[in-house]
Amino acid sequence: MGQITLQGVRKSFGPVNIIKDANLDIENGSFVVFVGPSGCGKTTLLRLIAGLEDVTGGQILIDGRNVVGVPPAKRGLSMVFQSYALYPHMSVRGNIAFGLKMAGLPRSDIDRKVEAAAATLNLTPYLDRKPRELSGGQRQRVAIGRAIVREPKAFLFDEPLSNLDAALRVQMRMEVAKLQKQLATTAIYVTHDQVEAMTMADKIVVLNAGNIEQYGSPLELYERPANLFVAGFIGSPKMNFVPGEVAGEPSVATLGVRPEHLKIGKEGEGWPGTVSVAEHLGSDTFLYVDAGKLGLLTARCIGEFNFKAGDRIWLSPDPARLHRFDKDGVVIRT
Amino acid sequence: MARKVTARRVWVSTAAAWLFGFLIFLPILWMVLTSFKTELEAFSMPPKFLLFHWTTENYATVQERSDYFHHAVNSLLIAGGSTLIAMIIAIPAAWSMAFAPTRRTKDILLWMLSTKMMPSVGVLLPIYLIYRDFGLLDRRAGLVMILCLGNLPIVIWMLFTYFKEIPKDILEAARMDGATIGRELVYVLTPMAIPGLASTLLLNFILAWNEAFWTLNLSTSDAAPLTVFIASYSSPEGLFWAKLSAASTLAIAPIIILGWFTQRQLVRGLTFGAVK
Repeated sequence: MGQITLQGVRKSFGPVNIIKDANLDIENGSFVVFVGPSGCGKTTLLRLIAGLEDVTGGQILIDGRNVVGVPPAKRGLSMVFQSYALYPHMSVRGNIAFGLKMAGLPRSDIDRKVEAAAATLNLTPYLDRKPRELSGGQRQRVAIGRAIVREPKAFLFDEPLSNLDAALRVQMRMEVAKLQKQLATTAIYVTHDQVEAMTMADKIVVLNAGNIEQYGSPLELYERPANLFVAGFIGSPKMNFVPGEVAGEPSVATLGVRPEHLKIGKEGEGWPGTVSVAEHLGSDTFLYVDAGKLGLLTARCIGEFNFKAGDRIWLSPDPARLHRFDKDGVVIRT
Repeated sequence: MARKVTARRVWVSTAAAWLFGFLIFLPILWMVLTSFKTELEAFSMPPKFLLFHWTTENYATVQERSDYFHHAVNSLLIAGGSTLIAMIIAIPAAWSMAFAPTRRTKDILLWMLSTKMMPSVGVLLPIYLIYRDFGLLDRRAGLVMILCLGNLPIVIWMLFTYFKEIPKDILEAARMDGATIGRELVYVLTPMAIPGLASTLLLNFILAWNEAFWTLNLSTSDAAPLTVFIASYSSPEGLFWAKLSAASTLAIAPIIILGWFTQRQLVRGLTFGAVK
C-alpha cells in the first residue's frame, strides 16, 4: 500500500513561504511527477513527504496515518537522490544492503534480497565494486537498487536523471517507468524537465511559486490547462499567447493556441506574418513568425514544408483548440 | 592539447628541482654531520664536509649530561595529550558547525581563527602569572593545556573543512535508510572522514611536538620536552655546536620518522577535496 495525502501542507523558511497550502491525493501504485520551474518548491515538497524537512503546518497522511513528526526511516519510503548519494566507502552490495542492515534483518534474508535487487537492475557483476568504479548509469542503478530493496510504500525520486547524458537519460527514463509498473509501488518523481514529466507520469502536479497550479494526467494538462502558467509550461514549443482584443475577441484577456494547432497558408486566411526564423528539425519545422501587433508567434508544421526566413504567410488557429483566459489568467470554460 | 616537453627541458627542470630540494635539506644534513664532529672541528674554517674525524662522543655526552628519554617522554605526553584533548573538543565542534550551521557559524569560525593572529608573546606575561599562581609552571598538565588551546582553532578549522566536503545527501540517504544518529556516525560519517581525521591528528601532533615558545617559557626541568633539551645546549657559557647538533638530531628524529611513514596520509589529508 502507498496512498499519500497532503492536507493543507505549508512550509516556510523564516519569512519566506516555500509551500503555500498544498492539497494532494496520490493513489496507491500511481506514478506522480512534480514539475515546475526551479525554485517552485517541488523538491521541498518531496523532502516534506520524505521527512527530511519538517512541515510548518498541515498534515501528511501515508495510508491514512498522519506522519508529521515521524522520522524519515519510519515512514516506509525510500528516496533516490539527484547526486545518487551512494556511500563511497561501501561496495555496491554494502550500499544496497545498508537499509536492511539498519532494519536488523538476518544476514541470509539480506543476501537474498540484495541478490534479487541486483538481478533486477543488471548489477550482479558489479556487486563487489565500489561506487567510484562505476559509470554514471550504473551508479544510478545502485541508488535505485538501494531504494527498491527495502520494499517501501513509495519511492521518492529527486531529479534522479539530471546528471546523466541525454541518450542515457532517455533509456533510464524508460527503465524507471517500467520498473515502477512492474513493482506497482507508488512513486513520486521530481523533475524540471516537462518531457520527463509527460512521458513517465500517470499524473502530473504542476507547481509554481509554492502553489499547486494543476493536478492531472499528462493529456489533461495538455488539452485542458487550468491557467496561463500551466498552458505555458506544458508543451514544447510553448503555447502562443495573444491579447484577446487584438485577436478579435475582446471578451477574453488572453487567447492561447499551441504551435501545432496553427494552420499555415501561403495566402488568404487568418493572421498575416513574416517568417523570421525557420528551424528544420527533419521531422518537424518550427517557424518563428513576426505577426505584427500579435507579437512573435511560433508555428509547428511537418518537416517537408519548405519555408524560409522572409516568407509572407498566414496563420489560422484551429477554433476547437483555442484556450481562453480571463484577466487573472484562469481558463474560461464554455 | 598536451604541452610539448623537450628532453632538455625535463633534464633542466629535474636538476633544478633536485638542487632546490637539496638546499632545503642542507641545514638538516649539516646538523646531522656536525653532531658527529668534535667541538673543535664543528668550528673549523673552512668547514669540513665529510672528511673529518667521525665520533659519537657528543651523543654519549648529551645523554649523560641531560636525560634524553626523560625529555622525549615529556614531548610524547605533551604532544599526544594536547592532540587528543584538542580532537575530543574539535570533532563535535566542527561536526555541529558543518552539519547544523546557524547564522553565526561563520563568525564563530573567524573569531577562533583571529585568536591565532595575535603574537603569543603578547600574552606571555598574563599567562605566566596565571600559571605561576595556579602552580602550573613546569607541569606537564600546564603545557598540555596551553598547546591544546593554541592549536584548537587550527584543528577545528581543518576538521570543519573536511566535514563540509561530505555531501549532505549521503547523510540524508543514511537517514532514509533508517540509520540513527549514532549509526550514521559509526557506519557512514566516520569512515568517510578518516583521511581528514588522520591528517589533522598528525599535523596537530607535529605542531605540538615542535612548539617551542610556550614550552621554553613555562617549563624548566620536570615537564621540559625536547625543545628545552635542545635549548639547554645554547648556554651563557657558550655555544656547543656539536652537542647542540647531537641534541637536535635526537629531538627531531622521532618526528621525522613519523612524518616519513605517514607522508602519504598527510599529503592526502591536506589536499583533501582539492581534486575529486
